[in-house]
This record gives sequence, structure tokens and C-alpha cells, in this order.
Amino acid sequence: MRMLEPGTLLDGFVIDECVHSGSMAHIYRVHYAQEAPDPGFPMAMKVPRMTSGDGAENIVSFEVEHQILQALSGPHVPRFVAAGDLDRIPSLVMEYIQGKTLQHWLDTPELTPVDEVARLGVAVAYAVHSLHQQNTVHLDLKPENVLIRPDGRAVLLDFGLSCSAHFPDLLAEQLRKAVGSPAWIAPEQIVGVRGDPRSDIFAIGVMLYQLLTGELPFGEPQTVGGLRQRLWMDPPPPRKFRPLLPPWLQEVVLRCLEPEAARRYPSAAHLAFDLSNPGQVTVTARGNKTRGTGLGIHFRRWLKAAGMHYQPSPLPVRQIEEVPIVMVAVPYKDASDATLYSLRHATARSLGTRPGARLACVTVISPGETSTVSDEDSETSVQRRYLNQLRQWAMPLDLPGHQTSCHVLESGDVARALIDYAVGNRVSVIVMGAATHGLKTQRFVATVPIKVAMDAPCTVILVKQALPFEQLAARSGESDWV
Amino acid sequence: MKLALLSDIHANLHAMEACLAHAQARGAQQLAFLGDFVGYGAEPGAVVRRIMSLAEQGALVLKGNHDQMAVTPPNEIRTVGDSTAQWTHEQLNADQRNFLASLPMKIQHDRVLLVHASADAPELWRYVYDQRVAQMSLDAASVLPQVRYVFGGHVHLQTLYYSGADGTLMKFEPTAEVAIPVPRHRHWLATIGSVGQPRDGSPKAMYALFDTEQALLTFHRVPYDHRAAAMAIRQAGLPGYFADRLELGR
Repeated sequence: MRMLEPGTLLDGFVIDECVHSGSMAHIYRVHYAQEAPDPGFPMAMKVPRMTSGDGAENIVSFEVEHQILQALSGPHVPRFVAAGDLDRIPSLVMEYIQGKTLQHWLDTPELTPVDEVARLGVAVAYAVHSLHQQNTVHLDLKPENVLIRPDGRAVLLDFGLSCSAHFPDLLAEQLRKAVGSPAWIAPEQIVGVRGDPRSDIFAIGVMLYQLLTGELPFGEPQTVGGLRQRLWMDPPPPRKFRPLLPPWLQEVVLRCLEPEAARRYPSAAHLAFDLSNPGQVTVTARGNKTRGTGLGIHFRRWLKAAGMHYQPSPLPVRQIEEVPIVMVAVPYKDASDATLYSLRHATARSLGTRPGARLACVTVISPGETSTVSDEDSETSVQRRYLNQLRQWAMPLDLPGHQTSCHVLESGDVARALIDYAVGNRVSVIVMGAATHGLKTQRFVATVPIKVAMDAPCTVILVKQALPFEQLAARSGESDWV
Repeated sequence: MKLALLSDIHANLHAMEACLAHAQARGAQQLAFLGDFVGYGAEPGAVVRRIMSLAEQGALVLKGNHDQMAVTPPNEIRTVGDSTAQWTHEQLNADQRNFLASLPMKIQHDRVLLVHASADAPELWRYVYDQRVAQMSLDAASVLPQVRYVFGGHVHLQTLYYSGADGTLMKFEPTAEVAIPVPRHRHWLATIGSVGQPRDGSPKAMYALFDTEQALLTFHRVPYDHRAAAMAIRQAGLPGYFADRLELGR
């Protein structure tokens, strides 16, 4: 399809200027030709270079994008407006979003500061999580497909290779082969797996690696053999290129890039959690190393990878639902042992059925706690005291396979602070006491848990303190009489 | 134009009325009944009467194997399906039997071919359970130059078959209520499920709506009073098994 001139009329839209000229498609700004209800946002039209005359298979990815885009919603995808007839001139009209793609950060001469990369990573991870929650996996994430809005939120573009559990996968085939961009494609995609959300986690890892080092972790392989390398090979650690990179961030990036999907972050929300809580990342040898993986390990993995073949993946939503972020609100004072005990049991129970779930223990202290200026009560020492208290509370949980972290928040409005935390960290389940705030705040006893239950964006489990405690004591007293 | 596709009503008036109301509320302009109006269920007379009047108003109506059996019941009972044929035959009057006997085996409607079972040999009542049979049905239908869509019933499950990237037929299990784009340049085959006797574990009635202009196909699941339908079967003295399976969707 040759370039369209400004002023051209197509399917009820008038073409304005061309804003992007890619290898697969041109993108134009457009407006409605006739009086049509104002959509309330600027619009762009994507017209593939291929036409249906080039054979239907060439525009399959265009069909896929139409199919998927029209069903997606939320701030992390452009809104769908209309689609042209594939039999004539295929086109997709969607929201035009202002912003810069991640390519912009790669094109600047200096490497992006660590904090900024972490911030970008969080934005991308949340956008990807939102997509996965809509039962869709992107499968072609790369810097030019990720747009950052002026407000910092990420928008994902180009769903031509994506896969949604709600629609027939037009790119699926009997003899499965790799579909995607060689530099960013996940190992399992190379053997034809389509639909695993952790493939997107891998691509985010590649982009973070690029932003931090200016290098591609696996280069840009041109052959199938070259592509298959990532089935068993670890990339050189980013610290080899940027020695001052904090180990926690290398830990995060290399976890995204694990060849085996099961060893990566189980959901994008987990990744965002680590990127926004550096202090809580457990740094292993992976985070500290500055040299590549040895030959012996690579050889063993190579043997294993030789047998790797296609296996269908479960629905994205089901996969990420199985690995929720569970948050428990632990009162920092005036809580009886029975309350703390019951809370711990309820937490263990809600985590126990969900291997891979992560636990965030949160306590909200009132601003008064840190207002005094004496050394002992300085902000950090107060924070540390309550952090230790939380850690002690969580210690008996000792659940292998669950990542646990502790957080002390400071706020006069406990319910608001808990809800904000849950929203901000894409928490799936909140566990909290039904009435844990003791005698001093009697007035609020009912309102904090109820406010949280009403306003939380997720499931809230209200725990009542284990009655048997007192009754058992009473009964054991009675037993003396028998 | 919105085309409502209903199949395998199986003398379940409650389920049929629920689906018709659902389709009407969504702006269906044309009705198509893909066969098996009777058999298993308790109200063959009422169902056929309703379909005859809808046919007069322009509904497209096809014949199914159970409709044929109700006209000429088998002498010996070999399958579960045969068991209610004689009873059904007796419930229908001559007009109703003549109506069923006169129904066509397939109908072409613009780009759509409607057939109860498989388009390559409709009289064999072959079940379209997998890609192999679906391919045969689709191949036979594609001989008709205009046809892009084959819609059928008979298997009591909702499934969409389409060509994958390498041209082989792929099987897709749709999510109810999601409008699936089915563009005209491809060939599609759908089994639209059963209104009156769903068998996928949910008692909700199955039907589909096809928007011909937008090329969108939506599979629907409609809750209806399945207890009343089961009760009617028991009261008619038919085998309790047919009532039980309505309640389980099995």
C-alpha cells in the first residue's frame, strides 16, 4: 500500500499527516469525514503496507490486532474506534496517544539512570499485568511497542502477534514455529508456545537489560540455532557492562530472563512489586555475579533444552490468579495475642493453597509515632522497630516457596493507607482483623475493616480472633473440677 | 442483519422461549432453526406449532434426524435417541408431521450454509466432533462460490472451527457472550450448541447470534426454567433420565 495523501477519504475518515512509517504499516492522524459524535480523543489510523492482494496470510497479524484490540480496555491500550474492510483497504482506527516509546530512552547517548529504569519497568509491568488480566498475552513486546504517557503510565501497542483466550488464535498452526521479534522473544515462544503470560515477563527483562546496559542480552539472532540458544543460555550479567548497577536490580532482570518460565516472576504484578520495593528483593548469587554462567551448567541445560517442545498453556487469567499478591494488615499495637495468632493462621491458610503467591505484611502507624525528635524515636528507628515487630510476627509462617516482605506505612487514615497500598501494588487478597484496633480507638473498631471491605478493589478476608483461646482456658479451669 | 441460530430444541418449550426472548432483546431480525425440534423433551406439539408459525413469518427451518424419526418412528429401539420417537410421533398431529416431513436438509442464505449435521452428506447425520469431519463439511460447502460460513447443530456443543496459519483447520472453544470477529475472507464452521439439551455441564440453553454486516459471531448461554422443563418430562411419563440430564446439563 503506497502512502496516502493528506485529505484522502477512507471509510468515513479523512487522512491527516503520516506520523509513523514502519516496515509493516503507516500510521496517520485522522478525523471523521462527516459530523460524527466526537470520540473525545484524537485518532490514528494504521494502514498495513500489505494489501489483501498480497495474499491473506500476509495480513493475518492485522486481523489478529483487530480481533484483540476491539476487545481490550483500560488506560494501557489505545481505544479501538473502527476497522476497514480487509477485502478493500485494510485499516484500523484507534486512539492516538501522546508519549514517547521506550526506544526514545535507548536512543539517548547516556545510559538511563537506575531509578528511572526501575520506574519505567514498574509502568510497563503494570500495563502488561492489565493485559494479562484481560486474558491476553502480548508476545511481541519491544521498545518500539511500549509507549510512556506524559503522566508516566505505559501503553502497549501493536497486538499483531498477540494471543487472547477469547478468540480463535489465527496464528496457531499444527506445526508450530516461532513468531515474534528475535531479540525479545521468550524461549518457549521459540518452540511454538503461545499464550504463556511469562513470555511477556521475559520480554520486559530484555527491555530492562537494554535500558540498563545498552546491549541486547541475546543479540539479534538470524538463525533458528541462534534463537534456540536462549533455551539454555544465561545472558552475560548486566553488571559486566555496568559494574555500579545495584545487585537487586540485576537480580530482578536476570529473574525475568530465566530460560525456564517457571523460574521467572509468576506474574507481572510480582515483578512490579520487586521493582518498587528494592529493599525487599532477596539478592542471590544471580544478583551479584559479574561473569557469565560456566560451560558445565550451560551444557546440562542444553541437553535438557534439546527435548523442549510445544505444550499448551492454561488461560492467562487462571495462571495469574494462581499467584496472587496477598497482603496482611497487622496491627502494630493494642492487639491481643489471640488476634495476632488468628491473623497468622488465616494468612497461612490463604497462602497455603496458592504456591507461588507472595505475601506483603503491612502495618500502618500513626504519624504521631515519629513526630518526636528524640534520637530513640527518630523516623528510621521507629520504622525499624515496627519492621522488626512485623518480621517477628511473620517468622512462624515460614512458608517455603512464598516470598514475604514487610512494610511499615505512616498515615492517620488506616483504611485509606491500606486501600492505597492494595491498589498500588495490585494486591489480590487482603487479610485483616475484623476488629483489631484495641480499646483506645474503640470508636473506629468497626469502621476500619468495613471501610477497607467496601472500598478495596479485591477480596478482603476479615479474621475474627480465635474464640477457643479464652474458652479453652475457661474449660481447662473447669476440668480441674471433674 | 442479525441472524439468530437455534438448534436441537428437543421439545423443550421453556428453553426455546427463553432463547427467542433473548435474541429479540438483542435485535435479531432473522431466525434460523437448524433441526431436531423434537425428541427427548415433553412438549413436541407446542414446539412444532410455534416453529410453524415462525416459519410463516419467514424463519428458516431445517430438518434434523429426530424430526425425521418422529415422522417415521423406527420399528426397533437401538439408541437412546430412538426411545422417545414413537411417543413423540403420537403427540404430533398430521399437519405437524407433514411440516416436519417437508423440511429441507440444508439451506443457503447469502454467505451462510445451514445444515443440521455435516454438509458433505447431510442425510448421514454425521457428528461434527473434530477437525476431520469439520473439514469435510466445510470443503463440501465451499464448493458453493458465495459460502463462507457453515452453521450446524447436532453435537450439542458450541465450537468454532477456522483455518490456522498453515491452512489446517483448528478447533476453538468459544467463551459465551464474547463477540468473535469472523471476517468474510476466511471460511468458518460453527456448531452452535443445543437450545433444549445442553451437554457441557451447564444447564443454560445454547444458541448463537450472527451479525452479517459486522461479521461478528456471538455464542450465548441463556438461563431458563430447566426445573420446569424437567418436571414436564417426568409428568409426561418419559424416562426420568431425560429430566435429570436437563438439570445437570449432561
